[in-house]
Amino acid sequence: MSNVTQLVDAKANVVVQQLRNWNARAVSQVIEYHGQTTLVVPKELLRNTALQCRDNPALNFNLLSDVTCVDRFPFEPRLELNYQMISIPRTARISLRTSVSAQQPFVDSLMPVWPGANWLEREVFDLFGIHFEGHTDLRRLLLPEGFVGFPLRRDFPTEGQR
Amino acid sequence: MVLNMGPQHPSTHGVLRVLLELDGENVVTSDPDIGYLHTGIEKSCEDKTYSQAITLTDRMDYLNPLGNNLVYCLAVEKLLGLEVPKRAQYIRVMLVELQRISSHLVWLGTHALDMGAMSLMLYCFREREEILKIFERFAGQRMMTSFIRIGGLALEPPAGWREMVKRFLEMMPPRVDEYEGLLTENRIWQGRLKGIGYLSPEQLIALSTTGPGLRAAGVAFDNRKAFPYSSYEEFDFNVPTRTESDCYARYLVRVLELRESLKIVRQAMDKITDQGPFKADAPGIIPPPREKMKTEMEALIYHFKIFTEGFSPPPGEAYVAVESPRGELGCFVASDGSPKPLRVHFRAPSFVNLQALPFMIKGQLIADVVACIGTIDIVLGDVDR
Repeated sequence: MSNVTQLVDAKANVVVQQLRNWNARAVSQVIEYHGQTTLVVPKELLRNTALQCRDNPALNFNLLSDVTCVDRFPFEPRLELNYQMISIPRTARISLRTSVSAQQPFVDSLMPVWPGANWLEREVFDLFGIHFEGHTDLRRLLLPEGFVGFPLRRDFPTEGQR
Repeated sequence: MVLNMGPQHPSTHGVLRVLLELDGENVVTSDPDIGYLHTGIEKSCEDKTYSQAITLTDRMDYLNPLGNNLVYCLAVEKLLGLEVPKRAQYIRVMLVELQRISSHLVWLGTHALDMGAMSLMLYCFREREEILKIFERFAGQRMMTSFIRIGGLALEPPAGWREMVKRFLEMMPPRVDEYEGLLTENRIWQGRLKGIGYLSPEQLIALSTTGPGLRAAGVAFDNRKAFPYSSYEEFDFNVPTRTESDCYARYLVRVLELRESLKIVRQAMDKITDQGPFKADAPGIIPPPREKMKTEMEALIYHFKIFTEGFSPPPGEAYVAVESPRGELGCFVASDGSPKPLRVHFRAPSFVNLQALPFMIKGQLIADVVACIGTIDIVLGDVDR
């Protein structure tokens, strides 16, 4: 985990350079692990960074593959969002990461950037309780409507609450 | 009028509920309601060791259990930095392609059944029986095999497997010709499927659709070619595409993919040597062979530690994506250095592809809703996990 920009994956180098040219604060940390690159983005710059990733012709990340959350309880900020993106024309992958706390679980929705973020964000809302601002239809997806609680957080027991 | 195409319905391929707002026979808006098969697999994986979680992965996309095993094992192997021997990779490729054929056969049979071509279903299931017999010979199980394990496979390939696979490969191509003869030029089939459920490639990419749905729109994106895994770069196969992006194009793409998979199985069968390792050599991670465990002290200790405590990958996260019959199947595993995963998430292709359904059926007839649900090829175990 370091701020190195000579990564094993040359295509990821391009992404880091382009994003930092656009906004020096866009990539606060670059994590490289077994050939995979993850860019840590500050929460408030998330949507604009995603727009850059999609619209910059040198990056061209046109498909949002996955939105995941990892609950790092008891470390703060606790809820860590991971976005997996694919550039089909460049045959490249990249991940973005941002973190929110459980007390203020608000992030910008990426639906304006990729409409495919719809159900992916609904699932994260359903299971972790992160509120995506700007999402057109944020309601529970997998669990019943009246369900109370966010099961995939680490402090929710596997067997459920009685 | 709002009509409920309820969770119990013969054509929704599982427990899918779609709320249809209708104007006469045409759909104005629709809202899929999922979660009837949600069993909390991702949460349950956090309570099990990395090897124990493999049996849970079988049960997500239940028409592609070997593919699910593969993606999870590839992600954990990436976390460990483990190298799988080539022979094990070739066997994995062969089994996963056989699984792809069986999944496409189920899709074809049930889709034809929905459209009214009822005789085709049992033909497809008859061929699928041969594949399930092959899996039963390999793993002892027809469907939830858990045969692909971390570092390789569970067992040595059984005696006589080559004859079985060879017989299957000889039998299959004329049968596929038979299905195509019944459907491809059939006026009723074309009338039901041509021009139905059209979405442009830009819309599909914006909606994160992957798999045959995207390839039928002209975008030649296949994870096996774009980001090769498990020695796929050594195999010679094509990625079929069409441009019409309607239900008929998706049918043609899947049948062509079925034929390509037969080619891959034949190549894999030729590459697999009779002697060689079927799993990697990693003492603290992969259990030693039983003969060694019964005679050598170190092997016994490793066996004990692996099965009581489990192995601990270094802290980190890994995301690996494979090409399942439905699209990009991804597995995100996060480790905190303990024997149990911190988080396991599966990027399920059916889940993501299904959000395109309301866009596909807007303005279409109710009968076309059935065609569109079938053409997306959803498996509810994959949608809900």
